[in-house]
Amino acid sequence: MLTAIAITVDGLGFAAWLFLSSVGLTLIYGVMRILNIAHGGFYALGAYSSAWAIGLYATTGSPIVFSFLLIPLAALIAGLASGLLVERGVLKFMYGRDEVLMVLVTYAIFLILEDATKLIWGTESYVAWQPAFHFGTIDVFDIPYTVYKFIIISVAIIVGIALYFVLNKTRVGKLLLVVIEDREISAALGINVTKFFTVTFVVGAVLGALGGAITAPEISVSPGIGAEIIVLSFAVIVIGGMGSIGGAMIGALIVGFARAASVHLYPPAELFSIYLVMAAVLAVKPYGLFALAESRKI
Amino acid sequence: MNKTMKKMSTLASAMLLTTAIGAAPSTAQEETFKVGVVSFLSGPAAGPFGIPARNAAELIIDAANAGTLPAPYNTAGIGGAQISTVVIDENSKQKNADFVKLVEKDGVDAIVGYASSGSCKAIAPEAEKLKTLTVFSICGTPQIFEEIVTEPQYLFRTLSHATMDNVAAARYVVETMGDVSTIGGINQNYAWGQDSWRDFSLSVASLKDSVTETETQFPKIFAGQYGSEISALLNAKPDVVHSSFWGGDLEALIIQGSGRGLFGRSQVVLTSSDTAIPRLGAQIPDGTIIGARGLNGPYAPETELAEWFQKAYFDRFGTEPVSPAYQMAQSILAIKAAADQSNSSDPEVIRGALAGLTFESMSGEVNMSLANGHQAITATAYGTYKFDAASGKGTVENVRTYSAGCVNPPANVGSVDWIKGGFEGAVCE
Amino acid sequence: MVNYIHVSMGTGMVALGVMIQMRAGLVSFGQGLYFCVGGYAAGMTAKFLGISDLFVLLAIGVVAALILSAILGFLLRRYREIFYAMLTLAISMILFGLLSSTEELGSTDGFNLPTPTYLGWAPTGEVGRITLYILTCFIAIGCAIALNRFLKSPIGYVNEAIRENELRVEYLGTSAHKAVHITYMLAAVVSSIGGVLWSLVLGHVDPEMTNWTTSGQFVFVSILSGIGNVAAPLIGTFILEIVRVYAVEISPNTWQMILGSVMLLTIIFLPKGLWSLLTRKKKSKPQQTASAPAAGE
Repeated sequence: MLTAIAITVDGLGFAAWLFLSSVGLTLIYGVMRILNIAHGGFYALGAYSSAWAIGLYATTGSPIVFSFLLIPLAALIAGLASGLLVERGVLKFMYGRDEVLMVLVTYAIFLILEDATKLIWGTESYVAWQPAFHFGTIDVFDIPYTVYKFIIISVAIIVGIALYFVLNKTRVGKLLLVVIEDREISAALGINVTKFFTVTFVVGAVLGALGGAITAPEISVSPGIGAEIIVLSFAVIVIGGMGSIGGAMIGALIVGFARAASVHLYPPAELFSIYLVMAAVLAVKPYGLFALAESRKI
Repeated sequence: MNKTMKKMSTLASAMLLTTAIGAAPSTAQEETFKVGVVSFLSGPAAGPFGIPARNAAELIIDAANAGTLPAPYNTAGIGGAQISTVVIDENSKQKNADFVKLVEKDGVDAIVGYASSGSCKAIAPEAEKLKTLTVFSICGTPQIFEEIVTEPQYLFRTLSHATMDNVAAARYVVETMGDVSTIGGINQNYAWGQDSWRDFSLSVASLKDSVTETETQFPKIFAGQYGSEISALLNAKPDVVHSSFWGGDLEALIIQGSGRGLFGRSQVVLTSSDTAIPRLGAQIPDGTIIGARGLNGPYAPETELAEWFQKAYFDRFGTEPVSPAYQMAQSILAIKAAADQSNSSDPEVIRGALAGLTFESMSGEVNMSLANGHQAITATAYGTYKFDAASGKGTVENVRTYSAGCVNPPANVGSVDWIKGGFEGAVCE
Repeated sequence: MVNYIHVSMGTGMVALGVMIQMRAGLVSFGQGLYFCVGGYAAGMTAKFLGISDLFVLLAIGVVAALILSAILGFLLRRYREIFYAMLTLAISMILFGLLSSTEELGSTDGFNLPTPTYLGWAPTGEVGRITLYILTCFIAIGCAIALNRFLKSPIGYVNEAIRENELRVEYLGTSAHKAVHITYMLAAVVSSIGGVLWSLVLGHVDPEMTNWTTSGQFVFVSILSGIGNVAAPLIGTFILEIVRVYAVEISPNTWQMILGSVMLLTIIFLPKGLWSLLTRKKKSKPQQTASAPAAGE
């Protein structure tokens, strides 16, 4: 019983982190058909800037409560700057190229971002635990959980709802769906597709940075965290169906619960449980659980 | 088809030709002693291991060249020759090719470094094949001289292997804690983590009857998120939780675990955790058992050499040296000690002198006594953490030092057999 | 230098395996799987059966890859585009997970292989190295020639048709699934040969061989060098290796940035890969007199 509850809470916590870290990736793929490996770079940039800012703030001795504001702020600045730079500086010259080639372009950008992060912040790790501890813990039956974990879960839900609302209920969102449906026709109808691409990419980058920024207080921010997140996010969005926001949410939940369950019930399976689930889902539903059926061109 | 064939044959002859050029012998240098330094400069191991190790290498080599090291190392250079260095990244998929390049293209006289056991396993036979003086400074696996290179000529390791860390940890736990009946662990799911847990749990079982393992977790290395694992450990409530985490994973475990009271519910033993002290300070709960893989960091002896090292390192890099820095420094001092003793900068003479040598490092006395004098044994220590709010610094108390003979297997006995057999031949004070 | 040619020959053959799949429009992000299967099959034969004959090890590596790819082929042949890439990645990562936690096989540290022997002949030292090097050259070139044949065979051409428009291939009465399956198995075999040879040169195998970053590099090499010719991946691997070695030498702390920039520039300025440098020169020469090409073209 206790184990079942632990699996639920742990699974939710892990899923929230996965969702925040991968939703930007699925958004960019959905709109631009780019599988963005540089996403790991945005994640790392977000984590570093947030950890660095919180660390600086903490030395001033001001109330820790306000350091929570630094997390979205750091994500926004890091995501905006790097997203714009990458999209305007490199990607815009590449649109229309082969999908696989774009994967490699973003991989090259990822390598550059990794070393750029190292040049800015060095190889020392950064810790910024203050926000994670500020509100203490809640006991769920016998097991204490940090309140911060529940804050992350709430943020994930809010981001999910906000994205759903923007996409389905606003004019911009509806136009975006049109662009996703058929790029050429929408351009012909007078929609500024290029602008949509830029905005989508930057929003995706900010979301990636937010994933890193919000996780930073719980971990030690060190070189290499970007590479770890990429494969995990791939698994999540592939399971859910690439390009689908709802799919990313379901994918995150499946992976989150699969991992939590294997940790509690059969620890040796932890290492490959995620890929096992991914292969199983793909074997049954080749395009993921929530992918839109695409017509094949004759 | 014909055209392709032609291209193919050109390619083939070009490749065959390079054999002749590439195989040209390297020229030996007379007045300088060239050292290849291999350390993690990228990837997740760079911060906690690679950079401190590289820094220490720079510091020691510069000081050795200038002759400013404390006695008995206060002669300039190595065996009279000035040292020059080539630094390469250990984080490479072509480790062996990089090693061969250091030997053949750069013509180094000796190679020091390597932190990962995987690298060491791959490099060990290569070093013997290329007949190049190679000193491993960190990697922990006992297999190097127990299985891979059983009759070493050119290969040395100046650090005790990982068995020592966990045997000493088990002794400390059993000696200082009154009643231990359940043990649990969280270790990374790769060789280092698996070996550490095996040595620790076997040692505890050897030292004390009726101890049961309750919860053993093996998360993926660099996972960073240990929420579920911590829940499982909190749920199982073992008396002792053992972890050999290092670097970023270690810091994440401390932050997430202390935040949720894991350190209060169980006595946590961290075998490789001195690196976290200057960085986490008050975040490490008091009473946590801290290991530093030898007499490094907080356990360093109060000798002139150790004090010089701590001060010079801090002055130059702005941080306290952590165990990988001590370990790299130790491997360079090993070469210098052997060279100075034989008063020669010839790698052949140095390796002869290094085998079986006893020398002083900033971590105390090092005996090259195992594996025909190629594997070092050293003493080690464990203690509990205490954060001093006034000075804002973490220290260790209740320190127990274990002599080399107490926590290292004797020559020609495999580590696991030694532990299972109840530490036969161990000499403890 | 010769050592880098030697190791890049092994990895180059895996890139070759990636490339022939690319001809059918399929990008395998998990080709490291067969690289690893070859290496481990050879390694385990040597470790547990004490066999060190190069030809036996090669045969065992190939058989292992054939069996596995024949089975997985039934699953994979239904997938295209990014989904093929993702599924191959997932499968290779399952093996990575399994090997990393198997203590008998040294977990992440892997284990060592003996020096190979050749039908009872056991050369050591320099002679052994050169023998292995020459044999690797011949095997690599043999594979390249065989694959070149394959690409010019009916199935090879069907593959190109699949890349262009699969539905039409099916309407013409040819089974695209079957062609993909055969191509997949061939790629697996050549990759496993690369794996066996590479492991023997190194004398060591570890699960890193089937990690996605390794597979990613194979894809990279195939794209960088271009899919125009079977020799391209072999040479491309070597060039990439040299770029890496010099990048590490020039700037040990930021070599990844140099590598990334070189890759980016190649993709931007040579969209068809390095191989197009060779073919473009030949084609553009006669045209030069007719109209001077604009700068940057």
